Amino acid sequence: MGQSSRDAPLAESHPTEASAPGGWEGMYRDWSSDKDAFKQVSWGKAMMWIFLLSDTFVFSCFLIGYMAVRMTTTEPWPNTSEVFALTLGGHSIPLILIAIMTFVLISSSGTMAMAVNFAYRRARVRTGLLILATALLGAAFVGMQAFEWSKLIGEGVRPWGNPEGAAQFGASFFMITGFHGLHVSIGVIYLSVVAYKVMRGHYESSGNYQVVEIAGLYWHFVDLVWVFIFAFFYLW
Amino acid sequence: MEHAQGQQHPISLYLKIWGLLFVLSTLSYLVDYFHFQGPLRWALIIIFMLLKAGLIVSIFMHLAWERLAIVYAILIPPLCLLVLMGLMAAEADYVSFSRLLFFGKGGG
Repeated sequence: MGQSSRDAPLAESHPTEASAPGGWEGMYRDWSSDKDAFKQVSWGKAMMWIFLLSDTFVFSCFLIGYMAVRMTTTEPWPNTSEVFALTLGGHSIPLILIAIMTFVLISSSGTMAMAVNFAYRRARVRTGLLILATALLGAAFVGMQAFEWSKLIGEGVRPWGNPEGAAQFGASFFMITGFHGLHVSIGVIYLSVVAYKVMRGHYESSGNYQVVEIAGLYWHFVDLVWVFIFAFFYLW
Repeated sequence: MEHAQGQQHPISLYLKIWGLLFVLSTLSYLVDYFHFQGPLRWALIIIFMLLKAGLIVSIFMHLAWERLAIVYAILIPPLCLLVLMGLMAAEADYVSFSRLLFFGKGGG
């Protein structure tokens, strides 16, 4: 960050100083300085990151639990490619609903990233509309998940058993996708509130639109978790 | 002040990443569609998954432009999960072995 990084003693370094050194030197200076280690990061953003870190552990525990039950079961694991196939126009297309859900969620991440960008340019209406688009795509995702759940429940899949094989399949499926769907649903509500406040001009007086970036962090995390669920649960 | 200049990147960057994520998702879907099996399937799934996760975290979540102090505070702790995964895999391997030994196939 700038060539004018003067060799100030640690006690004098100021958190928001633009000339703070970067790289490894910057890292040990940040961590060894008193009071705040995360310089140039607002507390709201740091707290969202720490929350997401804790959520990473929750989801990872579910996925590792799923790994353990799948490795220990002596019955065959249901073929996800067939379980999640849809018949469209007379053809059975494997995993197609999950693929569409993946594209919808990635698109919502794209609109969210652009909303954050427009927020920092203080384009109020565009930001609000892009956040609303994100929330709508999220709602579409939850809708498709509800469809998937009802389809599987109709086929007799339950948390304690299913017609296709290992009983643990249902337990893992409902637990993991249910918890993820809950995150998406909460995200839709969260984003709607942020969109409403942005559109109403709540952040115009301060000009600080970081709240949009923080909401974006949560939303991208939901997309990130789906990447892992898609790989480990649906494709594996 | 820092916010105004902090995370300003051209829209085209986000559109490129968006496109890349679409391509990677399509590729990982095709892994299933074309019924790749065995180590090749697992390797492809993991590679596409890590590439997608990396793009989301570094570009969309702006971690590529944050200071190392917070980057490592976020990225190092999840490595503990690899230890948990290793422990659980070893345990699951043993449980599976004893189930096959004592109950036979299909009796777990």
